[in-house]
Amino acid sequence: MDTMEGKMNTQKADPKPEENKVSSVKIKVLFFARARDLTSLTEMPLEVPSGSSAHDCLNDLVARFPGLEEIRECMVLALNEEYTTESTIVKEQDELAIIPPISGG
Amino acid sequence: MESDASRILHELQSLRASKSDIDRRISALESQLHQINLLNDSVPNGSHHSISTIDNSHLNGHHAHYLTPEMIHRYSRHLLLPSFGVQAQSNLLKSSVLVVGAGGLGSPALLYLAACGVGRLGIVDHDVVELNNMHRQIIHTEAFIGQPKVKSAAAACRSVNSTVQIVEHHEALRTSNALGIFSKYDVIVDATDNAPSRYMISDCCVVLGKPLVSGAALGLEGQLTVYNYNGGPCYRCLFPTPPPTTACQRCADSGVLGVVPGIIGCLQALEAIKIASVVGEPLAGRMLLFDALAARIRIVKIRGRSLQCKACGENATFTQQEFQEFDYEKFTQSPLSPSPLKLNLLQADSRISSKEYHDRVVNGDAHVLVDVRPAHHFKIVSLPNSLNIPLPSLEARLHEISSALKEEEERKGVGSGSRAQLYVICRRGNDSQRAVQYLHKTGFTSARDILGGLESWAQDVDPNFPTY
Repeated sequence: MDTMEGKMNTQKADPKPEENKVSSVKIKVLFFARARDLTSLTEMPLEVPSGSSAHDCLNDLVARFPGLEEIRECMVLALNEEYTTESTIVKEQDELAIIPPISGG
Repeated sequence: MESDASRILHELQSLRASKSDIDRRISALESQLHQINLLNDSVPNGSHHSISTIDNSHLNGHHAHYLTPEMIHRYSRHLLLPSFGVQAQSNLLKSSVLVVGAGGLGSPALLYLAACGVGRLGIVDHDVVELNNMHRQIIHTEAFIGQPKVKSAAAACRSVNSTVQIVEHHEALRTSNALGIFSKYDVIVDATDNAPSRYMISDCCVVLGKPLVSGAALGLEGQLTVYNYNGGPCYRCLFPTPPPTTACQRCADSGVLGVVPGIIGCLQALEAIKIASVVGEPLAGRMLLFDALAARIRIVKIRGRSLQCKACGENATFTQQEFQEFDYEKFTQSPLSPSPLKLNLLQADSRISSKEYHDRVVNGDAHVLVDVRPAHHFKIVSLPNSLNIPLPSLEARLHEISSALKEEEERKGVGSGSRAQLYVICRRGNDSQRAVQYLHKTGFTSARDILGGLESWAQDVDPNFPTY
């Protein structure tokens, strides 16, 4: 776990201890529009157990930022700048983008 | 001197009126001439676009196109572009584009679409120009404040290019009029500012088979894509479930940096021009994300058409009639013409008008005024001696209210029988009610909110108080 991730996690319990034994992947999460407001972040590193899906990543993020629940049903999910479904397995260094729609104009 | 000035103003006004009348007549005659000149009237239409080539066999003379000498001169820089040229310009001149919304996005989109020479340009808007639009809605000028945006935008477009036929649709877009208006255009540009309009416009484009250039901007971010084109998705494919109302932010609440919708609006014009002139690769199946602060543009591949989509999916039976009967306001839980929310959470005796509050201040009544707006709002303007405790931090800062009340009681020498009053204010009178509800629960039972917030103060007490 790198230091950035360590800092982000200080307030949150790490995933269940047994999961720390299995290998993990580090990805980058990008937040857009309302997701930025709800997390106060534009991006963050995220470490999840190997074999985790985008769905698992989202669950992890919603646990960290419960406000994200608000847009859970209304967002475009992109993995490495391409549309993805929640069942896709994330890999090391993947970029997961959370893109809720903007309505303003 | 004064009468001279008013005479000149009067004359200017009447000259301008005749000028715009003449412009309108010129524009109408020119478009009639277009219609006569254009033998091949078929325009690329719907999601099954075929490249319409000009049939040269009808031509007499030695020019292989229909451009008049004036057109050649006006559009010469387009014609000089090898990848655009006569063919694309001719396509453009025969096309029609509808821009829904003459606001932040619509302003630059309309100006470029008029300038580039689309044949017919429609504008839909029901709003009037306001001073707080001017920082981003660059098509409007101060002279048009208080007048319909459609009128203002049409005048600006005509002054840029009097040869384009400008059509004014001075009405709110509804399911009752959308089909009729949209069916007269080849390309639709969504430059609106709210979720129900976006679903309605997308569905209408699906029903009629029209490509939709959709842009959005808020704060320091923008989004752009082309829906319902070349097998790409529609708005519902991407967002089958509407966003909750809390996630639907408006520029009037969240703010927007003026140039951000300007950039997205320019890109909308570009995409509309590409589709109408049949050049390049329109942004279908991809979404452009603009991040102004980071100076970054990302283009994300988005999903293709969803087979399950209620509007355009495999088994979708969304007809014109269903469209007309669909309740977009109910579906998105938000109004088509967003107006400020007006909550009514409190009993009348827990509320006080701004005038009454003013009287109590003048009387010197012992009281504390808590302003629950965000700190950056408080910095714009605030009432004297108000205590800023933003609503989200109210719970943690209740002790500040207790000590402020105590201090005020000591200062005013209020006897043990009576107490200092507690008033709560915000921008429009919604958050102040939420705050008072909370304060009542936490023991501040005499807390009252000021009806209509600072807006009512500006309206009813102090007309010089700034509004934003």
